[in-house]
Amino acid sequence: MDELPAHMRPERSFQGFILALQRFWAEQGCVILQPYDMEMGAGTFHPATTLRALGPKPWRAAYVQPSRRPKDGRYGKNPNRMQHYYQYQVIMKPSPPNLQELYLKSLAAIGLDSSLHDIRFVEDDWESPTLGAWGLGWECWCDGMEVSQFTYFQQVAGVECAPVAGELTYGMERLACYLQGVDHVMDLNFNGREGADKVTYGDVFLQAEQEYSLHNFEHSDSEMLFKQFVMAEEACKKYLAAGWKSGSNQKEHLMALPAYDQCIKASHVFNLLDARGVISVTERQSYIGRVRDLAKACGDAWVHTEAGRAS
Amino acid sequence: MPDLLLELFSEEIPARMQAKAADDLRRMVTDKLVAEGLVYEGAKAFVTPRRLALTVHGIPARQPDLKTERKGPKIGAPDAAVQGFLKATGLTSLDEAKIQRDPKGDFYIALLEKPGRAAIDVIAEILPVIVRTFPWPKSMRWGERSAKSGALTWVRPLHSIIATFGPETEEPEVVKFSIDGIEAGQTTFGHRFLAPSAISVRRFEDYEAKLKAAKVVLDPQARKDIILADAKQLAFAQGFELVEDQVLLDEVSGLVEWPVVLMGSFDQEFLSIPGEVIRATIRNNQKCFVVSDPKDSDKNPDKTGKLTNKFILTANIEATDGGKAIIAGNERVIRARLSDAKFFYETDLKTKLEERLPKFENIVFHEKLGTQGARIKRIERLAAEIAPLVGADVEKAKRAAHLAKADLLTEVVGEFPELQGLMGKYYAIAQGEDASVAAASEEHYKPQGPADRVPTDRVSVAVALADKIDTLVGFWAIDEKPTGSKDPYALRRAALGVIRLVLSNETRASLNELFHKALTLALYFCFRPDHGYLQLAATWDPQSHDGQSEWNEYQYLLFLNSDGFIDRNSEKIGMHQIGNPDLGAEEDEDKYAERAQAFEEFKRRLGRLEAVRGPFIFEDVPPAGKISAVRNALEQLYREPFAKLAIDKLANDLLSFFADRLKVQLRDQGARHDLVDAVFSLGGQDDLLMVVRRVEALGKFLDTDDGKNLLAGTKRASNILSIEEKKDKRSFDGAPDVSLYKLDEEKALAKAIDQVKSEAGAAVAKEDFAAAMSAMAKLRPAVDAFFDKVKVNDDEPKVRENRLKLLNEIRAATRAVADFSKIEG
Repeated sequence: MDELPAHMRPERSFQGFILALQRFWAEQGCVILQPYDMEMGAGTFHPATTLRALGPKPWRAAYVQPSRRPKDGRYGKNPNRMQHYYQYQVIMKPSPPNLQELYLKSLAAIGLDSSLHDIRFVEDDWESPTLGAWGLGWECWCDGMEVSQFTYFQQVAGVECAPVAGELTYGMERLACYLQGVDHVMDLNFNGREGADKVTYGDVFLQAEQEYSLHNFEHSDSEMLFKQFVMAEEACKKYLAAGWKSGSNQKEHLMALPAYDQCIKASHVFNLLDARGVISVTERQSYIGRVRDLAKACGDAWVHTEAGRAS
Repeated sequence: MPDLLLELFSEEIPARMQAKAADDLRRMVTDKLVAEGLVYEGAKAFVTPRRLALTVHGIPARQPDLKTERKGPKIGAPDAAVQGFLKATGLTSLDEAKIQRDPKGDFYIALLEKPGRAAIDVIAEILPVIVRTFPWPKSMRWGERSAKSGALTWVRPLHSIIATFGPETEEPEVVKFSIDGIEAGQTTFGHRFLAPSAISVRRFEDYEAKLKAAKVVLDPQARKDIILADAKQLAFAQGFELVEDQVLLDEVSGLVEWPVVLMGSFDQEFLSIPGEVIRATIRNNQKCFVVSDPKDSDKNPDKTGKLTNKFILTANIEATDGGKAIIAGNERVIRARLSDAKFFYETDLKTKLEERLPKFENIVFHEKLGTQGARIKRIERLAAEIAPLVGADVEKAKRAAHLAKADLLTEVVGEFPELQGLMGKYYAIAQGEDASVAAASEEHYKPQGPADRVPTDRVSVAVALADKIDTLVGFWAIDEKPTGSKDPYALRRAALGVIRLVLSNETRASLNELFHKALTLALYFCFRPDHGYLQLAATWDPQSHDGQSEWNEYQYLLFLNSDGFIDRNSEKIGMHQIGNPDLGAEEDEDKYAERAQAFEEFKRRLGRLEAVRGPFIFEDVPPAGKISAVRNALEQLYREPFAKLAIDKLANDLLSFFADRLKVQLRDQGARHDLVDAVFSLGGQDDLLMVVRRVEALGKFLDTDDGKNLLAGTKRASNILSIEEKKDKRSFDGAPDVSLYKLDEEKALAKAIDQVKSEAGAAVAKEDFAAAMSAMAKLRPAVDAFFDKVKVNDDEPKVRENRLKLLNEIRAATRAVADFSKIEG
């Protein structure tokens, strides 16, 4: 790390921190993907995780995924809660036997020295009702702070994982605050420069947090969103139905990915509606169930595609 | 004799599962050993976050030889049978078999000797089965092998296994087995960060020692001791006191292999938050202990016993900087958490509790029992009914019940559910509520268990009783009673709570009356609006009314069939039959009229039920203006004999549940539970305080000679009676005929019975049970003398009958205080 210029060091620069993780996981044989071009609540929704976790073919990928949680917006005022933040996601299928060691090495690569810091694996079973997914693992603590989520997927989109994939999710802003010794996320040094050249996280995102919080809580067009939800739901089902290849004796699907996009869409629209407070407690469960049904149908289609099936 | 060492080394095991896992491992292995004839001397299991370990010592090197007999065919049986016998037993000829005679004839018996196997081979078979069937609450698959069916599952990925076996004096052997590619051996690993290298071990002693050298404290108790002692010491050194927390200690000791205790602090300003909130924040989210000023106020008048701005954390490493970075990191997180908590608390204070209540109208308490909002209103009404019985101010009890649940919707309780009630109290005080009203928010949940404190403030008692009784009757009404070990709504706890509230506050109340009141409130919610009676009749299937369907058929059936009406008429009721012309054509007019009549009654009953909901079907609680209409409908319904029967049935059933709980409660206190039966068996006993008083007086009486002898005499009378009743196939009720008394003892007994009946009856009426028992005692000499001198079965039938009637009178007289036949001994 010594050869890195100061402004690229993970403990000085948010982007340097991202790049350090990218380099580390590239070294482990992961394909380094770019963020998926749709709004989603977590890196797990990226098809590179949700769909690629299914089926027997090996898969190793890492990427940054902007994550949208409309409900978590705080108009940019909360030191660590935002409606848009970054997750760093690693998926390895099958889970390698030394995944924990790899994870700890990745922490070392961003400057978290395990002889100085107290790193712990604390039980946290992961479940996503919207994705019909669950797994066992931990939240990883560094000096009492949760810095990552570590999960062995057991089931995704209603399909048993065979083999099991290991998933790591790093909360980027929180880790960066810790590395930089900064209390408020908006004060993070984004580009690692000092003085006039310094760009903070707030310079990049504060206005967006304010605007989107205003939008998510007070002005988003519920009527339109309700329609969009139904449209996405119907489109997803339509694409799934149309995607089954006829005439071949092997059951085969040709449009799992476009259908899944609509599932992602429905999920995000639901999150927006939820943030707006227009979905009642009882309806909430039913919306989650509807998204889950889409996810499961997409999972079922995926395991009948080239990338999702055995051969 | 040889020892076994077993270690299952894995990725981090959840702290909450560790203790049970260690216990399960010891139990499973030792049970199997014993089942295989390998009786061991001792066993102990250990657990850390990364390993489950077991040492079993004193296992025999070999199984004992096993001798069994196997019965074969009769002498002279067909050759096929003989050949089969020889083949199955491995004998070469019948000469090797023994002959045994039993009532059915002479049989060949083969004596089979199964030589014992080497213990190590048996263990090598046992262990893989135990690993494969280990009862983790949740287990998982991992890695490449997870693609195959039958892949090993474990709580988290299992990496290695140590299994060695051998006597103390020799080099132990590795127990050879492998599970899903993991070969048992003698290698483990030290602390993840402080000493991660491989370690080779031979037996338990060097295993434990080498682990310690590799910064792993194997014994969870030892880790707890270290943490507790160091934490106390750290606090003490700064003039503070550790707030001890056993549950947290258990958890924390399951998160570290090498505990290092450190102290950090937070900003004084956070001490403005209630101490419980600070503690919950630091404990639940950060697994750290809090610290207080010592409570000793005599020596240090300025010490308050309140929390200080310190906390104690347990790290898993000895950091190279002495822990500075770890403390700084934890302080950062705790600062952020406490900022959140402070924000929540201050936000909560801005909204009055009653302003939160409308939201409860949208929160379902139970789909068959309406919303939380409805439940709160029921509790309010019930609390108002109960208040005079417990000496509480009615208005205060209503107000307290009105607000008691409101804190469920506050931010702090949302974050820390265990602070429910307590936060309500803080917020109620902050908005200037009466002290009793505020206290009830917290107290009405009590007592939570047999060891929990029972509230004494009258207002709290009223609300606590209303809350619990509403819960009980509600779940009773929808047939969600506890069964066996299943009690998902903690109804046993609620009933025990009622019992303790009533007894320790010496509350006089007829439970039956309270149940009726609560039931009439609760049942209103059980008749869901969306199933009118016409629908019900149209879909009625007499074959399948099992009470299971989702539209509360249970309640309908409970009412409609309380007198067996449905059972008698189910064939006749179906609407499809009424309207079916084909059926009508084949049927004579009488039958048709019979069916029409049954259907009319069915419709009338349903109509009564529906009238209660009728005009207000979309409201959980009728609007104020319509309450009287609902009340009328309810009154009309409850005037119906069939409805009264249904409610009586529920209330009686619930009362006998209470009798059972009371028995358990008294038994736990060492009292005789048969006495509870003896009192409840009298019938109409629904005042718990009186029941218990009666039981106590009865217990004391039975400890005296008079009591013992009277019991013996009464039992003797009962025995004779039941024999003679059986013989004559009749009972001997009714007053004896004075003119038939022949002996003085008879007359004396008759006189004593009369006297005791009136004295005991009067004493019972005055609720003076001790006096009632003293009166009973007077019966004893007369009973004793009677049995001494009088022959019951006189030759003259009339005299015999009269004497039996007299015996029956003894039984009747004792029933003034208890049913003596239920008393044991």
